[in-house]
Amino acid sequence: MSGAPASATFPKNARAALANPPLLKAIAHIEETLVSGRRRAVDALPEFEALRDAGRDLKAHTLAHLDLYLEAFEQKVVEAGGHVHWAADAAEANSIVLDICQAAGARTVTKGKSMITEEVGLNAFLEGNGVRPVETDLGEYIIQLRGETPSHIIAPAVHVNKEQVAADFRRVHTDLDPRRNLDEPVSLLAEARGVLRERFLAADVGITGANFLVAETGSTVIVTNEGNGDLSQILPKTHIVLASIEKVVPTLEDVATIMRLLARSATGQEMSVYTTFSTGPRRPGDPDGPEAFHVVLLDNGRSAMLGTEFEDMLRCIRCGACLNHCPVYRSIGGHAYGSVYPGPMGSVLTPSLQGLETSAHLANASTLCGRCESVCPMRIPLPKMLRHWREKEFERHLTPRKARFGLAAWRFLADRPRLYGLTTRLAAWGLSRLAGKSGALTSLPLAGGWTRWRDLPAPEGGTFRTEWAKRGRH
Amino acid sequence: MTPKPRVGLFVTCLVDFFRPTVGFSAVKLIEDAGCEVFVPAAQTCCGQPAYNSGDRAGARALAEQVIALFEGFDHVVIPSGSCAGMIKVHYPSLFAGEPGWTLRAERLAAKTHELTAFLTDVLGVGPLPTAWEGTATYHDSCSGLRELGVKDQPRKLLAAVDGLTVKEMRDPESCCGFGGTFCVKYDEISNAIVDRKAADVRSTGANLLLGGDLGCLLNIAGKLKREGSTVEVRHVAEVLAGMTAGPAIGGAKR
Amino acid sequence: MSSREAILGRIRRSLGASGTDAPRRDAVRHRLDATPRNVVPARGALPPAERVDLFCRKAGEVFASVVRLARPDGIPSAVADYLRSRNLPQAVRRGDDPRLATLPWEREAQLTVSTGASAGADLVGVSHADAGVAETGTLMLTSGPDNPTTLNFLPDHHIVVVDASTVSGDYETVWADLRRRFGAGAMPRTVNLVTGPSRSADIEETLLLGAHGPRSLHILVVG
Repeated sequence: MSGAPASATFPKNARAALANPPLLKAIAHIEETLVSGRRRAVDALPEFEALRDAGRDLKAHTLAHLDLYLEAFEQKVVEAGGHVHWAADAAEANSIVLDICQAAGARTVTKGKSMITEEVGLNAFLEGNGVRPVETDLGEYIIQLRGETPSHIIAPAVHVNKEQVAADFRRVHTDLDPRRNLDEPVSLLAEARGVLRERFLAADVGITGANFLVAETGSTVIVTNEGNGDLSQILPKTHIVLASIEKVVPTLEDVATIMRLLARSATGQEMSVYTTFSTGPRRPGDPDGPEAFHVVLLDNGRSAMLGTEFEDMLRCIRCGACLNHCPVYRSIGGHAYGSVYPGPMGSVLTPSLQGLETSAHLANASTLCGRCESVCPMRIPLPKMLRHWREKEFERHLTPRKARFGLAAWRFLADRPRLYGLTTRLAAWGLSRLAGKSGALTSLPLAGGWTRWRDLPAPEGGTFRTEWAKRGRH
Repeated sequence: MTPKPRVGLFVTCLVDFFRPTVGFSAVKLIEDAGCEVFVPAAQTCCGQPAYNSGDRAGARALAEQVIALFEGFDHVVIPSGSCAGMIKVHYPSLFAGEPGWTLRAERLAAKTHELTAFLTDVLGVGPLPTAWEGTATYHDSCSGLRELGVKDQPRKLLAAVDGLTVKEMRDPESCCGFGGTFCVKYDEISNAIVDRKAADVRSTGANLLLGGDLGCLLNIAGKLKREGSTVEVRHVAEVLAGMTAGPAIGGAKR
Repeated sequence: MSSREAILGRIRRSLGASGTDAPRRDAVRHRLDATPRNVVPARGALPPAERVDLFCRKAGEVFASVVRLARPDGIPSAVADYLRSRNLPQAVRRGDDPRLATLPWEREAQLTVSTGASAGADLVGVSHADAGVAETGTLMLTSGPDNPTTLNFLPDHHIVVVDASTVSGDYETVWADLRRRFGAGAMPRTVNLVTGPSRSADIEETLLLGAHGPRSLHILVVG
């Protein structure tokens, strides 16, 4: 990832998002499409809950034996004629990929959608070294033209409207007739198809991520609706897969289990259109396919998460359901998080990858409502891990002073029931008088965060404990 | 004659401070259901603000206080899903590695209940002799719903209230944006969330909003009032106990 | 120390585990050998005729068109019919798959059939799937000397033949068959699971067909 982490300025980012009506409109649309879609798909599959348990259990087993499954995977890739590279961090991954591209004499590289390549900043690195990456997933292509980062892990351009896409296409596709009509999404899609088809056919190297790495067969699996990941890998001479180590699953049956959860949770489809298993380079006699196959396994902080209270985060299959159901994500969209990974999963994962110092806001900007956990197909306890980050923040004294003071003051009172009783009685009476007949306060010193947006209902006047005591009750 | 069950009422800091009527409603409901109600005077806070802010030590200290005060009762009943959730779901984990305290926490957790769950699931109360004419909508508080499974219980109790119809929101289960300190730490985002919730409430055409958590209700009521809405907001206990003579939450005094 | 050793070492240290520990190695070996089924949805567990019906229905739900043929020799005319119905030129490309090669293409005199991988200029590709999965209306296609993968993605229209007898209820059955054909732990270069034509909802979440792969998937279920 390049540049200073924008996650450190989260409140400012959120403010900007809330002042952006087209963005808010686009995010609101997620409710009708992805949320309802998921609901319908889940209701139509009686085994869904059992599949969630099975997914959680097989991933937990895999992580407990991750070293051995990675070795098994590597062995099978090599048996099939492929190469496996191990990258400890982003810099190493980028350097390995560049070496392979340069050895292949690559000028342009087509890319399937891969969040890992976003995480390591691969595109900028390749461009800086004379290799031109072309995003081929429609959403990724759109944001590449705009110089933006994805705002959602499966719908990267969800924040962009069709007028903006048309304007970008006109700006970049300068060899096409300027009078052409680009009013409707269908024309935009047709244009993208034509432009990118040329890129697919001209590419020297294709780079994809992997939804799964199958230890049993040495296969890498990609899941797309467009077919772009497939065209990126079967046309060029070299196919490079960049995947983080926790993507390993033991067997094809394990892939099937998680596949049943993935599309339903992500978009409400029962299966994505293309689920492709790639094993090594083309075989003798194959009429097409890449001649060279490379898998780059990336650690970048995952191994350090094992054995910690954040290990469960490694079960994530990047479906995006938590984003779609999160009241905070739904209010501000993905860019405000200032991280490659937004929403609940991003708030848990980012501090592990980036450090808590620059990402503490993310774990705090949550009501801990728990809806994310309730829809996570892999039953990841996201609120629990958000709380763990808050504990670490508190232990390391990173909590803002005002918040620490407020907590300490509350604790002081709560530890002393008599003082607590006296203070609350006074304050309740005072506020109730202040509010008068209206029953609510429209402003109150020190409570600006509340009263800026809402009235503060007045206390009834007496506290329960004093009223109870007055009635001679215990 | 079997002695009446001894119930300790954990009134919660918000009910104690803002709305004692909720506490008295809870007492009436529990007494009418055949229990003896006690309110330990030294109770203050369940420790959730500290817990959610990462202050485990502070939360644990308050938990010890609560356990000591309440563990002698047959049941502990709380008119709040979030405080009940704190005690039932989170208290045991505060004492990990300490078998003595863990056992006490688990024992307390086992007999702690959110109010509507206590009335329905534990006591199995029948229809209450209450009436309220009009349409109400119900907000499912996140902790009550997701930590304790409170969903059907309040609706079952409300279904038996004479004259009252419940009309559901489009999304009763979505968060209201309160989240404890979240609503003031990230107030703009909290506002965006409560804005949607208030719109959902208004879209039902109901003249009453009910819920089981005062934090949520203060938040939504404050928003509705700021928007000039006439929807009344009350804690579900008030309607169930027939204690609706006083002003609604944030409502004008008569 | 190589990154490989460093990463594996870190994993082992984090887990508090050893790479030579026999029970751990056995647990891994066992799962890889036994390939246990997890939860398999019941919906595909139907007698053959109902299973094929489910497959056809599911494929239709994801915007594939489906035609049922009694015998393989009806394929060439079904292909010609499809081309006519879409106002397409009477020209297709197929692989050397014997299941397609031995068909009576000559009965459709006007139809030009080329063979081999696609270079991108073909409007219509014809493939033979190895299996269907009724659970979701999915086709399984494998790469091989007779089966160019490019035919699955480059042409605008993809016509796929599948034998009714190869339509299974679930993916697990398909994996078991694959292991029988290729050997345990072995795979062809590419296995494509195809569920409907190419689509995208990346522009204002509007669902559109024909993103980069075929805009139309036409399935001929034979038998």
